[in-house]
Amino acid sequence: MMTLDPVIYPLGEDGLLVEFAPKLSMQANAAAIACRDDLAALGLEGVVEVGSTLKSAFVRFDPFVLSHDVVEGALRDVLAARDWGAVEAPVARRWRLPSCFDGDFGPQLAEFAGLAGRSPADLVAELAETPLRVLALGFAPGMPYLGELPAHWDVPRQTALTPRVPAGAITAAIRQIVLFAVPSGTGWRQIGQAAWRGFDPDGSGPNLTAGDVLRFDPVGADAFAAHMAAGGGLIPEGAL
Amino acid sequence: MSRIEVLSAGPSVTLQDAGRAGMAAFGLSAGGAMDPLALAEARALLGAAFDGCAIEMGQMGGRFRADADLVIALTGAAMKVTLEGAALSWGQSHPWPAGAVLDIGAATGGAYGYLSVAGTWDVPLRLGAKGTHFQAGIGAPLGAGDVLTVVAAKAEAGLGLPSRDAPPEVIRVIPSVQSHWFGDQGRDWLEGTVFTKTAKASRMGAALAFGGQGVQSDHGLSVTSEIVSLGDIQITGDGTPYVLMREAQTTGGYPRIATVISADLPAFAQMPSGAQVRFRFVTVPEALAARAAQNDWAKGLRAKVRPVVRRLETMHDLLSYSLVSGVVSATDPEGWE
Repeated sequence: MMTLDPVIYPLGEDGLLVEFAPKLSMQANAAAIACRDDLAALGLEGVVEVGSTLKSAFVRFDPFVLSHDVVEGALRDVLAARDWGAVEAPVARRWRLPSCFDGDFGPQLAEFAGLAGRSPADLVAELAETPLRVLALGFAPGMPYLGELPAHWDVPRQTALTPRVPAGAITAAIRQIVLFAVPSGTGWRQIGQAAWRGFDPDGSGPNLTAGDVLRFDPVGADAFAAHMAAGGGLIPEGAL
Repeated sequence: MSRIEVLSAGPSVTLQDAGRAGMAAFGLSAGGAMDPLALAEARALLGAAFDGCAIEMGQMGGRFRADADLVIALTGAAMKVTLEGAALSWGQSHPWPAGAVLDIGAATGGAYGYLSVAGTWDVPLRLGAKGTHFQAGIGAPLGAGDVLTVVAAKAEAGLGLPSRDAPPEVIRVIPSVQSHWFGDQGRDWLEGTVFTKTAKASRMGAALAFGGQGVQSDHGLSVTSEIVSLGDIQITGDGTPYVLMREAQTTGGYPRIATVISADLPAFAQMPSGAQVRFRFVTVPEALAARAAQNDWAKGLRAKVRPVVRRLETMHDLLSYSLVSGVVSATDPEGWE
């Protein structure tokens, strides 16, 4: 239980932002996701979108249908209705992704495990047992920041950049995982690779959003290849 | 179904429409045309035959050939253009006969030109729109050999638009979520500095150069990522201001000093590299008033479209026509009346 002191800011000419804390905390993130859902539930006509980031919720609206004052009033009512330091993050959907941590799939697994003071096998087993919340999307479409892992995962980013990790790269630092949706350079260490093709621009399959819960399911290279061949989509938890 | 063949294309030639609003929760910026006013102009020229989607050409156009008689509109930044060697005027609708090569060259007055066709592009809707969003893997820049198909519709050729009002001399901004981190000093610096738009400009954003001392936020560079707004001016690690445009990422960790108002973003997008840029702060109500006025301008545009009349005495830019070839098309524009 912690105290959160939400602050409202204008967001461009057609939005409002409510920041629950200046820096990311799991509680501020839970509040942001819960507030996003509360705002969506209002069903205000003229709202273009609601969403959340690591530590804030936001609403954008048609300023010729809704005024800033009306939206701010609605937002203040939403904020007054809950103890934000105690809310739990609502779980949107639960997914799993077949993932491989062997050999070239996890080029920095051994290094990361050493820094975390665990064996690579123990680290992978722990990851597989820890459902991770999508804290926010960022960097590229559909690309999640996931957390939070146990304290020994609090390993800083490496100082040098890895020139390129592939789409699906499972990278770790600061008790979080970033799952890359596109190939990129990064300071996060790649410990594995998920059989995932990233953002689905056709919207035919699901795309991740904040509040989703994702679990990495360790598999061998053959099962990895089979899921990629089948499209590399998110699998609802519980489905085969 | 008519086929439009791309014979060649500049580096930033894409199909664009109004974009995909409301997808930031999935990490997708809205995208859409860099100059939406140019789409409004195309709608005014082509009427109901315009489906809202056009070929956007950044700095350089391309060469195109169709297998059917079509009607086109050329809007946005003026570009050098010929049809089978004969010069055409920008800001007008023209007949495009089957087999004729439409050759669109460099921009002469801005950055983004638009080629619209009377008809409906046979392009699948992806997440609700037809336009390319390269960062999201939706579509790709057009290149030689690509073929687009369109269900042609009737529209009147030989129509012209009045000139746009001169672009604002000073781009208006409103405070961003993080402006207060820069204090009064940051505000004075932004309003008192003459910036230069650099060549590092794309559909994602544009870097600005300036002389003298820059500013930094009092929060330094270790900032938790926060949602961005279209037009946000972020101050990157080396102090360079970078204006976030249509295909920017949806969140960013660099602090943002201000946000360009929506009514001035098209003009900013159309500034060529090397152009001088100045900013001044306005209030949100002023920004919304400018946006409303621009919406009214777009709605009233159709009523201002007129047939183009050929008048030699108004051909101020005679030398720009391809007189060397000895051909001046009857559809050539020569002025506004």
